[in-house]
Amino acid sequence: MSDYNFAYLDEQTKRMIRRAILKGIAVPGYQVPFASREMPMPYGWGTGGVQVTAACLTPEDTLKVIDQGADDTTNAVSIRKFFEKTADVATTEHTDKASVIQTRHRIPEAPLTSDQILVYQVPIPEPLRFLEPRETETRKMHALEEYGLMHVKLYEDIARHGNIATAYAYPVKVEGRYVMDPSPIPKFDNPKLESPAIQLFGAGREQRIYAIPPHTKVVSLDFEDYPFDPSKADHPCDLCGASHTYLDEVITDDAGGRMFVCSDTDYCASRQAQGHRGRLSPKETAA
Amino acid sequence: MLDQSLSGGFANPAQDSARAFRAALSALARPGRIEALTGATAPDPVSPAAAALLLTLCDGETPLYLAPGHDSPAIRDWIAFHIGAPIVAPEAAQFALGRWESLPLAAFPVGTSDYPDRSTTLIVERDTLSNDGPRLTGPGIEVEAHLSLPETAAFRANRALFPLGLDFYFTADDRLAGLPRSTEVEDI
Repeated sequence: MSDYNFAYLDEQTKRMIRRAILKGIAVPGYQVPFASREMPMPYGWGTGGVQVTAACLTPEDTLKVIDQGADDTTNAVSIRKFFEKTADVATTEHTDKASVIQTRHRIPEAPLTSDQILVYQVPIPEPLRFLEPRETETRKMHALEEYGLMHVKLYEDIARHGNIATAYAYPVKVEGRYVMDPSPIPKFDNPKLESPAIQLFGAGREQRIYAIPPHTKVVSLDFEDYPFDPSKADHPCDLCGASHTYLDEVITDDAGGRMFVCSDTDYCASRQAQGHRGRLSPKETAA
Repeated sequence: MLDQSLSGGFANPAQDSARAFRAALSALARPGRIEALTGATAPDPVSPAAAALLLTLCDGETPLYLAPGHDSPAIRDWIAFHIGAPIVAPEAAQFALGRWESLPLAAFPVGTSDYPDRSTTLIVERDTLSNDGPRLTGPGIEVEAHLSLPETAAFRANRALFPLGLDFYFTADDRLAGLPRSTEVEDI
């Protein structure tokens, strides 16, 4: 065990973050301001998520960290090691074995359970920010439930491109009240926002925490004649053959070769372990 | 009495408050669910669950209101030593502690439309907690839940203020339940 306080942050900071999390739970989708601390990593590397995770962890937890679905990328590996060192918690790469999952830009493919907490790293928590840059104005728009501008934006997408072109960070309405940015998850993941797990969102640089309690109604904004479509690349996974997962496109050579693989590495690996095979799976070696 | 005000805190503050917070988070995120919460002892009549909740959520930055019955020199000493929260009138309170009939509900801030989070969280001491009584529906509840609430009219009025409103914790001995402002409460 290191000489850090449990889970790195001091107790006063954790109390402040915990109070913000509880107010976020009480008002689903509302962005609660909090006094974000400097962390030993730059803004943009998940400082908000790390602070929320630090405030939630107990010594008995098992932590999983994913970055774009992958357990083995730099950001995920560093954050997992950070909490191994400062909180002495167990870590895992398996979704079903984790009690706290910190994520950047994906929701795991395997269904979450009521015993799990999903912590999102959020870059820009304000869904209206690119439509109205002033915080004083967006705060007023949320207070007055004035979300017409967001529908205009989606309408302009349709007028220009023939469909709603927003593919990630697709805005949702939580429990019929607040319009919320689900962080830059692909819109494919939006239906999974209605979950039995507790979902917490931390934006470190922007100093906001918000939450979706279990079984909360989360509706992706759309129009009657242009309903929400959680689309994905129209291919099966080239490694595990899954046709129901979100895929990454990987360029394999400079002659136009490419492959599609599950973005959720743990889900893909467990499917391969069950014997599922895709187009580019290595040939079975005779046992 | 001095001994009493110096003892009763968490044995391992970082780990114990982390576990207590998870119980508090689970209780508020799933209204009606009753959690166990131990590890702290405050002077009578403060329950162990309420004492743990105060230690976990309150500090020198959170003005606290003590309702009559929970406002004794012994309790004030205990809070001064372990928590350091300023004791204030209900109008300025971020947290409040007391029995249901002693809490002046109308006096607590319910937040503003710009900042609905600036409202009081009430810790309501009860003799018992059980999963029967009024029906609860809303965020955190899959179909419906039941909780032995002291009444329903006050909670319906509070829900009508949403997204403003008060948030409640109910404590009895070492048991804890939560009721956020988002929950619909109906008589059965």
